[in-house]
Amino acid sequence: MGSKLSIAFLVLAAFTTAAPAQDKSPNNANDIIARGEYLARAGDCTACHTAPEGRLFAGGRAMPTPFGTLYTSNITPDPDTGIGKWSADDFYKTMHSGRFPDGGLIYPAMPFASYTKVTRADSDAIYAYLRSIAPVSQKNKPHELRFPYDNRQLILGWRTLFFSEGEFKPDPKKSAEWNRGAYLVEGLGHCGMCHSPINALGGTSQSDAFKGGLIPMQNWYAPSLTSNREAGLGDWSIKDITDLLQTGVSMRGVVYGPMAEVVHNSLQYLNDEDTRAMAVYLKGIAEGSSPPPAATALPTTESSLLISLGKTVYDKHCASCHGTQGEGKPPHWPPLANNQSIEMQSAVNPIRMVLNGGYPPGTKGNPMPYGMPPFAGLLSDNEIAAVVSYIRTAWGNRGTPVSAREANELRSAPLN
Amino acid sequence: MFARAATPVAVIITLAAFDGAAAQTASQPPDTMAARVEACTPCHGNKGEGTSDVYFPRLAGKPAGYLYNQLLAFRSGRRKYPPMNYLLEFLPDPYLEAMAEYFAGQHPPLPQPAPSEVSKDVLALGEQLATSGDAGRNIPACVSCHGPGLAGMQPGIPGLLGLRAPYISAQLGAWRYGTRTAKSPDCMQQVAGHLTEADVTAVSAWLATRPAPANPAPVPKGTYALPFGCGSQPN
Repeated sequence: MGSKLSIAFLVLAAFTTAAPAQDKSPNNANDIIARGEYLARAGDCTACHTAPEGRLFAGGRAMPTPFGTLYTSNITPDPDTGIGKWSADDFYKTMHSGRFPDGGLIYPAMPFASYTKVTRADSDAIYAYLRSIAPVSQKNKPHELRFPYDNRQLILGWRTLFFSEGEFKPDPKKSAEWNRGAYLVEGLGHCGMCHSPINALGGTSQSDAFKGGLIPMQNWYAPSLTSNREAGLGDWSIKDITDLLQTGVSMRGVVYGPMAEVVHNSLQYLNDEDTRAMAVYLKGIAEGSSPPPAATALPTTESSLLISLGKTVYDKHCASCHGTQGEGKPPHWPPLANNQSIEMQSAVNPIRMVLNGGYPPGTKGNPMPYGMPPFAGLLSDNEIAAVVSYIRTAWGNRGTPVSAREANELRSAPLN
Repeated sequence: MFARAATPVAVIITLAAFDGAAAQTASQPPDTMAARVEACTPCHGNKGEGTSDVYFPRLAGKPAGYLYNQLLAFRSGRRKYPPMNYLLEFLPDPYLEAMAEYFAGQHPPLPQPAPSEVSKDVLALGEQLATSGDAGRNIPACVSCHGPGLAGMQPGIPGLLGLRAPYISAQLGAWRYGTRTAKSPDCMQQVAGHLTEADVTAVSAWLATRPAPANPAPVPKGTYALPFGCGSQPN
């Protein structure tokens, strides 16, 4: 641990003297386009703007929200159905202000509250890249929002509450690397879209940024990035963080579900410097001290029965990969002991993993990932609850037991 | 594109990986395809032989090209089954190819067919449709594409052996209703579109009664001519 920390300090020191924004001015159009492609990946534009089996950036992907279904737009340079008539100013205005070139309001499913932090130079590079791709003639599909959410004027209220326009302002007290990481995480990375609690109005308050929350419609819990009891990375080594972001697997844990999408489509393409900058920033925002574990809602007798059944289920189905002491065989078979995603207050993710299994994303660094089998068909609600209760409390883990009802409810959670 | 010639190479690599597994340190999972596809085994069996759940198909020994096409279709959501769509969503093409090769290379014995629950008349209709088709209704015989031994043909036509009636019936139903589709020309959709529900029941029941042939391996590409075009089996 000591040596890992000192490496982190060395890295920090090495970057303190670097230029703040690391914006080398690219000297020709191809460099700008290449940089734009890189930044479009950092922004994960494709996750929403490319439909399954659809053409790149032609939109048309259905985005279910609590307010109805949105369909993403065509951002190819087709003049009639895409953004072919947009100027670089128009594009920047959209990214920065959340308004169409004609001033129309954009639904905040587009993460403009994050993209507003993107610099003009980076916006221009993304614009140049989008101009360079194949135009696709494909009309945008109208949104299907329920009354009253189909009234775009409501967005004005949302903007007043949750949107503050403005490019990223570096913190002069922090290193250039920390600031680069903050710029990527808070801006293009739009990590806060999932990793912050979403209120009933579909907004996030600044003070709750990165504090974790259940992702609406998907029923995955996006853990807090600030609490070390969740996905706070305060006691992770920089290497474990960069491994997780770049390859999807690490000695501490593995990404599944919506985060697998982010690693697959976006983070694996970031260069080592940017990945490390994000890691430094993420490690930095984690709280040093951890709040005490929440009390369980289950009566003690029920908990102990569950945990004892849980050990039986664990030894039979789980121990062969995850080890009798929850040690796993990391990075491919993740450890369960001292694994924050198992212990955190929300048990949604561990229950879902037992029910549905999962594969980490196939990445350049881990092209043939190992998969977790789904147990929905093999284990009863009671057995699922038991084994999840067991792994949340065994080996010094500080989670709480879960009920069969919680397990049952997640059987019907959407899988895609 | 997917090349059948790759099959022996992949098998050799898999075997080599198995040999190496013993030498692995205890702290790492075996570097094998078998360990990597453990996520598939609760539903499809350790070697893709199937499980007691009649809706989960046998994968073992099917042509690798067919299995690969299904993996691609599940990944993109074209073939809809949320647990499969979810598992495959972020896996790259070469890995899906390796998975397909792995299960194509498994040869656990075919199961004993279960006694059929339908009447002799229904089985007779099923046999008639499967082996001779019904020219009057534009229904080709199953055997005309899936082979006289129903073992399929490389690279894209699956064998129909070792599957249970409910699975076959559900798939034919999905083709009929357009919820399962494949590359154009979508031959199975055309065929299934001519089937009635009674035909589906009969064909599914009869196919599920077929005993294992002496050689259940899919025949090589081009062994016989297909009666019409099929996007999954390009000439």
